[in-house]
Amino acid sequence: MRRYFARKIIVYIIAFIVAVTVDWGVPRIMPGNPIQEFLSKFQLQPAAAKYDYGYFFKAFGFNHPLWQQYLNYWQAIFHWNLGISMYYYPTPVTTVLSQHILYTLALMVPAIVLAYFVGNRLGAMAARRTLLDNSVLPSSYVVSGTPYQWMALMLAFLIGGVWRILPESGAFSFSEIPSWNWTFVWSLVDHWFLPFLSLFLIQVGGWAIGMRNLIIYELESDYAHWLQALGSPPRLVRRYAYRNAVLPQLSGLALALGTFLAGQIVTEIVFDYPGLGTVFFTAITNSDVFLMQGAFLLVIMGVLIANFVIDIVYVLVDPRTRVSMMGGEA
Amino acid sequence: MTEVDPHAQADAAGSKAPETTPHHLIEHKTAPLDPAVGEVTAARPGSHAMAVVPGAVLAVGPSVRHRHEFMYFALRSKKLLVGGSVLLLFVLFAVFGPFFVHFSPFAMSATAASKPPSTQHWLGTTYFGEDVFAQLVYGTRSSFQVGLLGGGFAVILGMVIGFVAGYRGGLVDEALNLVTNVVICIPAIAVMLMVGSYLQGMSLLVEAGLIGLFAWPWAARAIRAQTFTLKSRDFVGLARLSGEGSGKIIAREIAPNMSSYLMLTFILLFGGAILTASFIDFVGLGPSATVTLGTMMNSSFFYNALQLHVWWWFIPPGAVIACIVGGLYLTNAGLDEVFNPKLRAL
Repeated sequence: MRRYFARKIIVYIIAFIVAVTVDWGVPRIMPGNPIQEFLSKFQLQPAAAKYDYGYFFKAFGFNHPLWQQYLNYWQAIFHWNLGISMYYYPTPVTTVLSQHILYTLALMVPAIVLAYFVGNRLGAMAARRTLLDNSVLPSSYVVSGTPYQWMALMLAFLIGGVWRILPESGAFSFSEIPSWNWTFVWSLVDHWFLPFLSLFLIQVGGWAIGMRNLIIYELESDYAHWLQALGSPPRLVRRYAYRNAVLPQLSGLALALGTFLAGQIVTEIVFDYPGLGTVFFTAITNSDVFLMQGAFLLVIMGVLIANFVIDIVYVLVDPRTRVSMMGGEA
Repeated sequence: MTEVDPHAQADAAGSKAPETTPHHLIEHKTAPLDPAVGEVTAARPGSHAMAVVPGAVLAVGPSVRHRHEFMYFALRSKKLLVGGSVLLLFVLFAVFGPFFVHFSPFAMSATAASKPPSTQHWLGTTYFGEDVFAQLVYGTRSSFQVGLLGGGFAVILGMVIGFVAGYRGGLVDEALNLVTNVVICIPAIAVMLMVGSYLQGMSLLVEAGLIGLFAWPWAARAIRAQTFTLKSRDFVGLARLSGEGSGKIIAREIAPNMSSYLMLTFILLFGGAILTASFIDFVGLGPSATVTLGTMMNSSFFYNALQLHVWWWFIPPGAVIACIVGGLYLTNAGLDEVFNPKLRAL
């Protein structure tokens, strides 16, 4: 068991190193000059721009040799100093990120967790039940093939624009001043619902399809036949099948995180929801290098932490690994 | 001995096809490969020769009887029929669409801006007076291109890494496994957006290459697991005994025995590539010289089609993607059932 976690952690550490290297390297390898972009915002006289360029070149540490820049970068990361945002100048990147991360988490975590549970239940119910199987599943295929941004556009258009049931952009109404009173909280929930629904709807179908197939596999296995032969009620057999089928679904969750992240980014853009996706987008469109690097770093860390959490849950859910952890034979 | 139970045969051909979880294609189920797979193949001495026959499409085998069986189940799979016909429809649309296009997709017109669908502009016009139908036709074409290229790159990478890791084993396997697991952990979309923001408008080819570069890991994992079980079969041992090189053994003995699996993998990577490309395009980092379904959604959104209720601008591109990718997933699930009797609806 220790070996299992040791291997996982080695992978995560290497992934983190690679990601940080990419984060550091891409702006340096790619064409374009971030300082020039930054200075062009101020519309300076040529002479002043040249002077400032030299100043910022030094201030950002570009005058050091590459290896030293790389080490400095690592040092800065460990001090949680990600530079200053050019777009939100002079706010530090870490401040910008911490202002927005809660919105992303509030949207992403419930959408993923709820979709996972509801989808699994739905799929388990559909397996070997013709009526459900022929109604829920076919539509799931099309829904899970839907691009996130389109689902978001459709919901924003129909529910937000045409029927005007729910607001279609922002995290709270512009007429509200952020404070902890009921109208403001209601405004938050109100604005949260559509982006949440959009993310939830697309994800739920995929889980249902996967679970349905897994349950069918499990119901065909020897232990299920054996239980049936013993005269166990179908409900009991299904319950065992479900518990076995959950394991691969859980490792599927780790694999799917990247896609969910992509969905999260485009959904936030459509609903103008002030999460990390929107920050990332703002950074990209305004070539705000430091903000982009910071958002990238935070996203990587989030995904690695989520992966690790899934690993732990896997151990808790799978009795075999649990037994071997306590020294027994699995 | 050529008479193998057809059921077992079909099982051998396709068992352990991927779980058709669209977004999260999973490697599970592959590790404990059904004993039936190798059992049947190995029990048939002809398999060594059979694998060499190039016509062993879908691993259904060369015999006419088995091909009949494939068709028998294929025509009875509603998923395959529906998914396949939707796909065919859009392939036809992409191929023959340009014959019905009367406007250049980029031709702007101040007089015909934001016009709803009419006999002249079948799907209306954009805010700039561009013909939506023309854009949709060319966008569908580029979606297929990105899907084929991106899915193709990914499946090739996945095959190379999966085959080598599974067949070689040992340290090579360890190293490739590590690379695979690391790439899985790094969220592709973040890297692609970052790279894309510096490239400032990439070509379709670059976009497909980037997608392929990140989409292969789960495919490699699954192929590795399959290779691992296949390589211990008698017919592979026989080929090794007769002095064939590793590359030849992989290409002639191992790959044909999992060709149905490889096809399903490619279909899913194809769909995934189309979706990923649409994300990149929607953010505005996609190709600038060609029109794609994603860039259509991008411009409709950023030029306020939502607020202006110009619904004919943003509904068609997303609907086409949903149909194509949904069709691909359905086809995949249908084929899965055809190859794998366990999944057939009873």
